[in-house]
Amino acid sequence: MNAFNRLLTSAAIGLAVGVTSFSAFAETPANMLVIANRIDDVTTVDPAESFEFAGSDISRNVYGRLVNLDPLNLEAGYQPDLAESWEVSEDGKTITFTMREGVKFHSGNPVTAEDAAFSLQRAVILNKTPAFILTQFGFTPENATETIRADGNKLMITTDKKYATSFVLNCLTATIGGIVDKATVMANEVDGDMGNTWLKTNSAGSGPYILDSWKPNESVTLTSFPDYYGGAPAMERVIVRHVIESASQRLLLERGDIDVARNLNPEDIAGVMEADGVKVEDELKGRLMYLALNQKHPVLSKPEVRQAFKYLIDYEGMRDSFLKGQYTIHQNFLPKTYLGASDENPFSYDIEKAKELLAAAGVENLEVEIGVREAQERIEIGQSFQNAAAQAGIKVNITVGTAKQILARYRARELDVYLGAWGPDYPDPQTNAGTFAYNPDNSDEANATGLLAWRTGWDAGGLTEKVEAAVTENDREKRVQMYLDIQKEFREISPFVMMFQQIEQSALRDNVENWSTGQAVTAAAYWQVTK
Amino acid sequence: MSLTDDNNQRRPRRAPLSEKAWPLAKTSMLTLGSISVTLLGLLFITFIIGRVMPIDPVLAIVGERASQSTYDAVYQQLGLDKPLLVQFLYYLWDVLHLDFGTSLLNARPVSEDIARVFPATLELATLGIIFGVVLGVPLGVLAAVRKGSWIDQVARVLALVGYSMPIFWLGLMGLLVFYGILGWVGGPGRVGIFYVDVVPSVTGLILVDALLDGNWAVFKDAFSHIILPASLLGYFSLAYISRMTRSFMLEQLSAEYITTARVKGMSEWDVIWKHAFKNIRVQLITVIALSYANLLEGSVLTEIIFSWPGIGSYITTALLSADMNAVLGGTVVVGLIFILLNIFSDLLYKVFDPRAK
Repeated sequence: MNAFNRLLTSAAIGLAVGVTSFSAFAETPANMLVIANRIDDVTTVDPAESFEFAGSDISRNVYGRLVNLDPLNLEAGYQPDLAESWEVSEDGKTITFTMREGVKFHSGNPVTAEDAAFSLQRAVILNKTPAFILTQFGFTPENATETIRADGNKLMITTDKKYATSFVLNCLTATIGGIVDKATVMANEVDGDMGNTWLKTNSAGSGPYILDSWKPNESVTLTSFPDYYGGAPAMERVIVRHVIESASQRLLLERGDIDVARNLNPEDIAGVMEADGVKVEDELKGRLMYLALNQKHPVLSKPEVRQAFKYLIDYEGMRDSFLKGQYTIHQNFLPKTYLGASDENPFSYDIEKAKELLAAAGVENLEVEIGVREAQERIEIGQSFQNAAAQAGIKVNITVGTAKQILARYRARELDVYLGAWGPDYPDPQTNAGTFAYNPDNSDEANATGLLAWRTGWDAGGLTEKVEAAVTENDREKRVQMYLDIQKEFREISPFVMMFQQIEQSALRDNVENWSTGQAVTAAAYWQVTK
Repeated sequence: MSLTDDNNQRRPRRAPLSEKAWPLAKTSMLTLGSISVTLLGLLFITFIIGRVMPIDPVLAIVGERASQSTYDAVYQQLGLDKPLLVQFLYYLWDVLHLDFGTSLLNARPVSEDIARVFPATLELATLGIIFGVVLGVPLGVLAAVRKGSWIDQVARVLALVGYSMPIFWLGLMGLLVFYGILGWVGGPGRVGIFYVDVVPSVTGLILVDALLDGNWAVFKDAFSHIILPASLLGYFSLAYISRMTRSFMLEQLSAEYITTARVKGMSEWDVIWKHAFKNIRVQLITVIALSYANLLEGSVLTEIIFSWPGIGSYITTALLSADMNAVLGGTVVVGLIFILLNIFSDLLYKVFDPRAK
């Protein structure tokens, strides 16, 4: 549905609701939470493999982890979960976890250090897409059983070198840190797959919810685990229904057939704000919008030109128009709510300043191509930038294409400018620092397509060493300061024009309390929700 | 001459079994051959389109931040490094064994996914076509018989609206009025939250399964959810069917045999239904079969608005996610439906039209 149709539909619904009222208002049961969400990105519910948003929501509620984030106090960072405590060896390479006693899996089996070791080893050995979150610590399929081992009630993990403890533990709060029931999983092993095929659609966790069913593109049903060590959740049943259309979600919410609508467009958000019995809650998410200026381009690689482009973004204009309520201005690579995140947004929309910088660089009649993936908001950002650039004498040609077309060219370092979106992989600042500001080998032969700095053709210079140093700093305050310093330098010299951070707006029935989608650092949690 | 001989002379000679069986076998073989060639063509074209379109199934699996080595490994795993013809032959071999492969994204067999989503579409399309035929045919006949009257005008407006109104708009307005404001029907989804997974899935058709289970509460709830999207689809079929019926009937009503029948004093009812209508049945069968096939293809927008997990939204989601196994599997099923409905139409022709025998 295009923007006009969307607006028209919302207006019609708003008008109709305004002149009449919903009849026979329904209400979901007090012990049941019904959520409308787009769940077509779920490809598997195996924690060793799951790497999508809706999949992470399921995993967060079904699997316990060694350490976890409290949905009611995300700012506090990782907290003990299945591990009661931990100690770090003198050389900083081995962390010994003491497992919590008396915790059971949904099967009734006790949660042991052996299960925890198996889960992490399994994730490393299977080596699925999110495995890099663990293998970056030197774990490999070959050494996994030596570097991750259980001894009685203790679990020991030994990294290849000293890392900041917070870095390692933050990574263990990610979906891949989910602890599975070894006996149940191995009972369903087929051809040495360590239960991967079975766990794609089944669960073997110890979290507050048991996965009843996942019907792709239809629904996810969770039932509370009465023996959850933290106490059975108030919501005994959680149903997530796949509802794509924003207007349909809005109708369901206003009729009281669902408790939470997670994908309302700005027009419908504005509409439900005026509805009785509905409230809207905002949470900052991790997705960032940015421009990447190819440093292999002779003009774009000039420092003044990089600076000039940062003044050619109508930050406020876009935020207050087509991105209203969906994005906030953010000019740093760490999303707000992350450890070490910065609030500094020094750049503003200033055509004259940009012209001065371009003149200082001796740039005239510059013409560049910008690659934009075919998503409405990205196209509109591209058009806004095109207009601003034209005022500064730069001709911008927009190439709109599919992910395959545009991303392939960005990965091949062929695009002059790439308009991208990036979401962090795990709740530690290294996730973004290690890609935006880290590039140990900028040569074409390095082919480090996983690093945004490399894709942009940018030798991050001294920042690479600073990022390496930050992941080994154990003093939390010092580590925070290191990331603030890295970002300050990054803002000034990098070829990345950081623009916006996503906001998720959830519309809720007003009796729903303690709702959390996990902010930028984690996924949605349901066990703390009450009605 | 014996009685037996005499009888033999008077009875028409019975064709030997081989003489009767041959034309039947020949027809069957021709039909089968035609189906096979059509299916092969469909498979080939769909396969080629799937391979040349600008979406990347590897990227869909590994994610955009994967290293080149991971990308290459999955590329080879999917067999994309092999020549196109070899890839197609592998695929053909699997399809011949009723194996559409595994969904690249959710790792389930595509055949299982289709078995889950197709009944939802079948149920919706069948109710829709019943609605379209039951109302559309009489409306078309009436419009032709009363040409230029208010009934004809109403039929014309209904058809015009049906042709020109965007389906998402009508769907949303229908939801707003009948679900949101009046509360007469259920909202998006096949059943309400209280009835999810209540009756065992035997046929996958929830109305039928509820009846088989004897659960009237689920039947009523499911009916309240299906009635609006089915009516909407039925309305679009009605628009087409009524216009075509009107057009066919007008042609027949102006024919000389109709005038003769009237001159002979035959009742108007008989003239319309026993003569004119009887002669448009064959044409109508084509129209209805095509309408039904279109509905069975899955109306993507209707399925999206009503959160109806049918084959249309399944194929669309798969396409947008670069899940080519699912796209190919779904397309083959839809193609097969078209072919089967065409064969069914041909069979009906032979029943209704002696010249086609």
